[in-house]
Amino acid sequence: MRISTGTRISLRVIALGYLFVLLAVPIAVILWRTFSPGIGEFVASVSTPAAQSAINLSLLIVAIVVPLNVVFGVATALALVRGRFRGRGLLQAVVDLPFAVSPIVVGVALIMLWGAGGWFGGLDNAGFKVIFGLPGMVIATLFVTLPFVVREVEPVLHEIGQEQEQAASTLGANRWQTFWRITLPAIRWGLTYGIVLTVARALGEFGAVIMVSSGFPGVSQTLTLLVHSRYIDDHNTYGAYAAATLLMGIALVVLLLMTVLDRKRSDR
Amino acid sequence: MTARIHQRRGAAAAAPLPARPEADKHQPDEHRPDGNRPGEREDRDGIRPRVSGDDATDPGAAPPPSRPRRRIGLARPLGVGVVTLWLSVIVLLPLAALTVASFGEGVSGFWAAVTAPTALASLWVTVLVSAIVAVVNAVLGTLVAWVLVRDEFPGKRVVNALIDLPFALPTIVASIVLLSLYGPNSPIGVELNATRWGLVVALLFVTLPFVVRSVQPVLIEADREVEEAAASLGASNWTTFRRIVLPTLAPAILGGTGLAFARAIGEYGSVVLIGGNIPRETQVASQYIQQQIEIDRPLNAAAVSVALLAIAFLTLLVLRVLSSRTQRREERDA
Repeated sequence: MRISTGTRISLRVIALGYLFVLLAVPIAVILWRTFSPGIGEFVASVSTPAAQSAINLSLLIVAIVVPLNVVFGVATALALVRGRFRGRGLLQAVVDLPFAVSPIVVGVALIMLWGAGGWFGGLDNAGFKVIFGLPGMVIATLFVTLPFVVREVEPVLHEIGQEQEQAASTLGANRWQTFWRITLPAIRWGLTYGIVLTVARALGEFGAVIMVSSGFPGVSQTLTLLVHSRYIDDHNTYGAYAAATLLMGIALVVLLLMTVLDRKRSDR
Repeated sequence: MTARIHQRRGAAAAAPLPARPEADKHQPDEHRPDGNRPGEREDRDGIRPRVSGDDATDPGAAPPPSRPRRRIGLARPLGVGVVTLWLSVIVLLPLAALTVASFGEGVSGFWAAVTAPTALASLWVTVLVSAIVAVVNAVLGTLVAWVLVRDEFPGKRVVNALIDLPFALPTIVASIVLLSLYGPNSPIGVELNATRWGLVVALLFVTLPFVVRSVQPVLIEADREVEEAAASLGASNWTTFRRIVLPTLAPAILGGTGLAFARAIGEYGSVVLIGGNIPRETQVASQYIQQQIEIDRPLNAAAVSVALLAIAFLTLLVLRVLSSRTQRREERDA
């Protein structure tokens, strides 16, 4: 197709104009609104006690969710790639399920299972609060981040095959040695990529977490819940902008990491 | 060129979206020809006798395993059991509890909850807005992909990187970002909050990457000689696009559009602030569900949740059927 310069330029203008109005301008405006009162104001807004406790809670959830996802994610990937058992296809589908489920539906489902009137309601009545407590927020985050590690590690496991592991085994290495010395180094970039995605989603999850959190400022608010409550409950628009900008900064770091890791991965 | 394609694929892969399942489903098939999979059983069996004999070569490494059968891979019955248990507790049991709860008062109770006027209205708003978003994505997403692949302009790499931003941003941040421009006190005087257009803009923002990232790699790999041949035979640009380019891109456009639709159906964080939550006007299904939980009507919340899940699954099922059909057609043609 030979496109005339006029058509080419107008297509370009439409495409860039769309991205400009949808992405670039809103982001520029929020940055401007956040930083126009000065950096000091921004720092003050994201270091109030409520904000600090929100940051701590978000990091705590990440610190619990990531190790669990790594252990069970790698185990699941190994089972899916190396395992020969009935119901493997079903397991595959279950791993993908969280992608198709709305975050709000995740929240409702967890309430129906762990809530006071749910299947595991006995726990709640026995004094172990899952819903409206930290365990609920952790489980909600686990649900939405479950596929990442599995889906990043799985293709790498396919690719490396089993020859090296078999060689190690032939030379007398036991299962753990084979795993630590052969399998883990081979999947490290895929795993790291999965971890980055998990961290990003865990920090950014909103819908599922708000359903199962009591949302008390300073107690059970994550960073995303802080943005929401500042805007809705406190009418603290500036505070919401500042907290959102902080989250956006984290997201940008994640995006950068992903690009770097991606290059590393494809260099291999 | 290959490097660029890899990067693109990777970028698409970075997306927390249902795109992966599609891609990954094909993985085992793609890799089977390498001989990794089907042969592994025989290999393992073949190696086993030698294993115990070689233990002496590396005395420091490990005590000789008593049961060589369990040596390779962690996917033994125990591992599978643990994994199944984990997936059940985290994913399956909650969804099962949700489904059972939605039928707590029988099928009629479920039906009554889903067809309650405000519930039905919220589902209708959700589907309508998501459909608009899907169509806009199909057209403008393809256009953006086209410009990013076939056009050259300064700053193209930056624009290309910008496309992934909506996937990286937390949804609530997307909401705030759009409100800062299109909300109350809008610096440009466009106030879209608490309107359906606000919903559309928010959903367009979060679904932007789907179509762009699925069309881009196809466009890069598309055979341009066919287009040139058509042009040299006298086809106009429009004819070439309609008869040559569009059929090549169609599966990718359709796939991206479907995923965008599925995502828009369940979206909550990005619409919660800008939508205004006005029943029958801008209240989407996810907001209705949240509200029903808040006023302690768990049955209503569960029933509409199941309806929402059903719509999402149906969309993904249709996509899978369509994509397998195109694949079969391609295989037949090849």
